[in-house]
Amino acid sequence: MADIVSTQAKATPRPRRRSKISAYETRTAFLFLLPSLLGFLAFMLIPIIASFGLSFTNWQLLAPPQFVGFSNYIRLLTTDPAFFTVLGNTLFFTVEYLVLNIVISLTLAVWISSLKRGQRWFRVIFFIPTFTPTIAVSIVWLLIFTPGGVMDYVFQTLALHIPNLLLDGKLAMQAVIIVTLWASVGYNMVLFNAALDLVPQSYLEAAKIDGASAWDRFWKIRLPLISPTVFFGTVMTAITSLQVFDQIYVITRGGPGSSTATLGFAIYTNGFQNYQMGFASSLAWVMFVMIMALTGFQFWLQRKWVHYDS
Amino acid sequence: MTARIRTPRKPPHQTRTLVLDTISHAGLTLVALLFLFPFFWMVSNAVRGNNEVLAVPPRFLPTEYQWGNFAEAWLRLPFGKFFLNSFIVAGSVTVITVIVSSLAAYAFARLKFPGRESILVAYLGTLMIPQVMLVIPLFLIVSRLGLINTYQGMILPMAFSSFGAFLLRQFFLSIPKELEEAALIDGASRLRILVSIIIPLSLPAIGLLSLFTFIGQWNNFLWPLIVVNGMDHATLPLGLTMFQTQQGTSWNYIMAGATLSMIPGIFLAIILQQLIYKGITVGSGFGGR
Repeated sequence: MADIVSTQAKATPRPRRRSKISAYETRTAFLFLLPSLLGFLAFMLIPIIASFGLSFTNWQLLAPPQFVGFSNYIRLLTTDPAFFTVLGNTLFFTVEYLVLNIVISLTLAVWISSLKRGQRWFRVIFFIPTFTPTIAVSIVWLLIFTPGGVMDYVFQTLALHIPNLLLDGKLAMQAVIIVTLWASVGYNMVLFNAALDLVPQSYLEAAKIDGASAWDRFWKIRLPLISPTVFFGTVMTAITSLQVFDQIYVITRGGPGSSTATLGFAIYTNGFQNYQMGFASSLAWVMFVMIMALTGFQFWLQRKWVHYDS
Repeated sequence: MTARIRTPRKPPHQTRTLVLDTISHAGLTLVALLFLFPFFWMVSNAVRGNNEVLAVPPRFLPTEYQWGNFAEAWLRLPFGKFFLNSFIVAGSVTVITVIVSSLAAYAFARLKFPGRESILVAYLGTLMIPQVMLVIPLFLIVSRLGLINTYQGMILPMAFSSFGAFLLRQFFLSIPKELEEAALIDGASRLRILVSIIIPLSLPAIGLLSLFTFIGQWNNFLWPLIVVNGMDHATLPLGLTMFQTQQGTSWNYIMAGATLSMIPGIFLAIILQQLIYKGITVGSGFGGR
């Protein structure tokens, strides 16, 4: 009797859910989800929490970690001489690369979509580098940029007084940006090209008959219509470019000096070369905050230029 | 019909468009050729003697083609072993990801259970987490498990994909429920339904997930860099950087290794271009709106 009362008391607050969700189905769902949930816990959720915890310790791999409060964060904001350089390099890379990537990929996408023949082949040519290892791409470009390499020869032949890109603190980041553009511009190009193909031909014909130039047709019709896709591409590209690492590891190792040391590279060197895991974790959280902030900023900005009405 | 084709003269504006089209076509061909130069330079340097690599002025083609450099890089350096390691790791991650994601996606798309929406939101929330944040604790977990420098340690942490579960869920939702209701009434198990009804209907989505997972892992560098010591388990990108820093390794062999590492990606990008094109369109479909 007491049993029945208590189960009823438990059951009454949500009678509708019980009728919709069967215990059997819940058990099946749990079994289906189990492998994925285990992976999510072990390789995603626990590492995220652990990384946050570690950022408040002085863990150096050999000795057990000690809680040090905010001192890692205080260190990078006040005493660490490299932090603001690294932050500046990361932002510089991200902004220049992002703008160039979107402009070039959009130009290529429009150019290719205007062709009557061979669209498929041009698309595949510009896309191919995105499917190859960034490390291999960077090594090939290292051979091109290396002192005495073919790039220096081109500069000499054209009588451009440009020093070797990798030896000049001001130009080294440009080399990294060139490589990254070559390696990844094809992805957004395909993305935007696909969106352009979906713009109804009748809109463009109508504008043409009304006398709109190709330039106007792009800015007033095609770009607004594909702006949600351009926005998506911009957000995704920003997230990946804040994490830039492979190219820098191969081409400049952060140098000359620390002129190309970005956050991703600083996290690696602090964590896995100096074994300052706690400090490296605090840098990783700075990167995460930057990703969130830049994404948030873009979502705020999109109200001014992205058109969702179809 | 025939009358139209036989129109005697093209109106002048049509001739003008034809000229512009040709110029535009030629211009883009020139851009594409310049764009392909690094590939040409890589292969051209892979098959020459090392003394010709940094010749002044640069030699665009080798005086003597040394195709044997590829065999040398494959066997002796040993890029053959790196190739195999890359294949084992990328292949295993792909197979595990597809199986685990399909199971999870089916639960998300078809089964009712408490907490379904919150788990899905948690999965999506992790899409913005940078990989470099995860590798520090992952290194700790993997070393506690004693898996440093093992295939398991290289594969398992990479085989969970919240994106994969989400992508397949979206696709499964587009499959009409009626198709599986008859099977349910006949008493077929959910697993049976997933394997014999849902998966055969989802091959494009599964193909796409497999392709992008495989390529992503084939090209992955950061995790192998951290979890692997020495050459035995090195993947191609890691092997390339090992020789890059090693004194006295010749550029021509490194270029041969770089060529080998690019072959699967180039091959897949060309033969699967239609699938990739459609997949990227789908990707923007749910991301852009």
